[in-house]
Amino acid sequence: MYLIELQDLVKSYGTVKALNGLSLKVPTGSLFGLLGPNGSGKTTTLRILCTLLSPDSGKASVAGLDVVKDPRSVRREIGYVAQEVAIDKILTGFELLQLQGDLYHLEPKDRNLRIAELIEKLEMQSWINRRCGTYSGGMRRRLDLASGLLHRPQLLVLDEPTVGLDIESRTAIWQLLLDLKSQGTTVLISSHYLEEVEALADQMAILDKGRVIAEGKPEDLKERLGGDRVTLKVREFSNENESEKVRNLLVNVRGVRQVVVNCVQGFSLNLVVDDESVLPRLREALDRSKIQLFALSHSRASLDDVYLQATGRTLMDAELAASNQRDVKLENKQAMR
Amino acid sequence: MTSTKAIESISSSKGSVRSDLRQETLALTRRLFIQLVRRPSTLIAGVVQPLIWLILFGALFSNAPEGLLPGGMSYGRFLGAGVIVFTAFSGALNAGLPVMFDREFGFLNRLLVAPLSSRNSIIFASVIYITSISLIQSLAIMGTAFLLGYGWPGTTGLFVVLLTLLLLVFAVTALSLGLAFALPGHIELIAVIFVINLPLLFASTALAPISFMPVWLGWLAAVNPLTFAIEPIRAAYGGPLDLGLVILHAPYGDLTGYGCLGILIALSIGLFFLISPLLNRKLA
Ligand SMILES: Nc1ncnc2c1ncn2[C@@H]1O[C@H](COP(=O)(O)OP(=O)(O)O)[C@@H](O)[C@H]1O
Ligand SMILES: [Mg+2]
Repeated sequence: MYLIELQDLVKSYGTVKALNGLSLKVPTGSLFGLLGPNGSGKTTTLRILCTLLSPDSGKASVAGLDVVKDPRSVRREIGYVAQEVAIDKILTGFELLQLQGDLYHLEPKDRNLRIAELIEKLEMQSWINRRCGTYSGGMRRRLDLASGLLHRPQLLVLDEPTVGLDIESRTAIWQLLLDLKSQGTTVLISSHYLEEVEALADQMAILDKGRVIAEGKPEDLKERLGGDRVTLKVREFSNENESEKVRNLLVNVRGVRQVVVNCVQGFSLNLVVDDESVLPRLREALDRSKIQLFALSHSRASLDDVYLQATGRTLMDAELAASNQRDVKLENKQAMR
Repeated sequence: MTSTKAIESISSSKGSVRSDLRQETLALTRRLFIQLVRRPSTLIAGVVQPLIWLILFGALFSNAPEGLLPGGMSYGRFLGAGVIVFTAFSGALNAGLPVMFDREFGFLNRLLVAPLSSRNSIIFASVIYITSISLIQSLAIMGTAFLLGYGWPGTTGLFVVLLTLLLLVFAVTALSLGLAFALPGHIELIAVIFVINLPLLFASTALAPISFMPVWLGWLAAVNPLTFAIEPIRAAYGGPLDLGLVILHAPYGDLTGYGCLGILIALSIGLFFLISPLLNRKLA
């Protein structure tokens, strides 16, 4: 059973196609990770899901309810923790939770019990009666989580929930999400951190340029890709000619499936090999041609490789390239209602 | 949304629509009042400024020749009505500011992802909030005017004063909320407020009657909504109140108290219908 079904979503901002035919199914009860670099369309997808934005075309439903036709029913099912959550600096955290409870029409008695429960669970006792303006990033995020959970939604949606947080807050939030999942809540998070998705998600999709380029269980995605990964350098900063020469040498080594010259990372070589038994043969081949080895590392296929395979660049490179180009202030201004 | 859809989604909700609407509107109103109590400077400035007007301007003209003003009113008493209306007016003109900040800081999005039974509750909360502070401020001015010896409207008079203020506040709040959704940011909103505020005061009968003005200004004052609020209140201060009497000699003809109130009612309704499509679109 799928709690969320997205079909062929298209959304443009002016000339920018943020979503370009995105389709996705999120199984009920899963902790689903939406992995993608900056600008790949994660926030746009989640905003459509939470009825803040309507798609140009395509369909989106939550628990069988169409987000465009029946937005109010959809809102009741979702707890949404946005990327940059606005809080009212003048209110205390407690007052904000009360407001939230009233906006979701909780009975006042039930509302107060639920607030008390969440204050304890998220360890907010010592500061919840202070004004929100004084909170640290970690406190704010915990308050956001509490407001998202207040009405006991069957779906919790979090947009990059641990960006900019210290490790302690991050682990606390991870633990909470895992607990929620084990209690049956479906959790959908977006992230550009591989580690986050690896650590949490039991189902995932990789987004690039407004489309899903891979979908499934993280292990399956890696398995399907197959092979081990080797990164190799003959000099700290090599040049294209030299790397091409080495590449031509190595493609013929037995057990090497693919060699890519990575021009972003100082022309290092990225290899896909059968397994670690190939490593000695690589060294041998270089020795024979009198080529010194500067560095070599070996690893199992990772989610980054899944991304690399599909897009020809690493997640990190895509992230860096995109974040330089975006004018977030302007986007916020344009997204204002 | 078709009406059958609406009924379906209503019946699937837990509470009744009306109690949901009350709950969310009260909660949003409560937030605005908490902000006010913790940051009272605008409220205080909103009372102090008109008081200064009242005291300084009242003093400025205290030795004016008797019988200068129509009906032999003292200038302080004449001015009282203008200051009361101006206070309510500038308060209401600011109604859009909190909404604009919510738009800019994204707090509005928090409200929009919640299953509000009607998004009008966001508007209702602003109207309740602004109306209450405008009335509090106006009553403070009226109290001071009384202490300064500028009189007090009788019971019927007080009723007319409050009714007039309500109509004006409602119309101006609608205008300001409309601006808050139509303009791109708070800087523009503040600029517009700044630009309309004082000129509307001077081009009204708040400080002087139309008979003192050059023709062009008299015309402006005679179509200025503030004038239609000032004159009934001034009449209420001027002794036994009869709304059927002519209280405004405009270049285009004479207006009775009922005429002035009628125009204010038409203005409120007109602005409401002008602006609600915009709000519905932005909050859809
Ligand atoms: N309000 C906006 N106005 C213009 N462009 C936008 C706006 N919001 C997002 N975009 C663009 O749409 C693309 C997808 O953005 P987004 O969904 O925020 O991606 P992500 O959350 O994965 O970083 C990006 O290229 C971004 O620059
Ligand atoms: Mg984002």
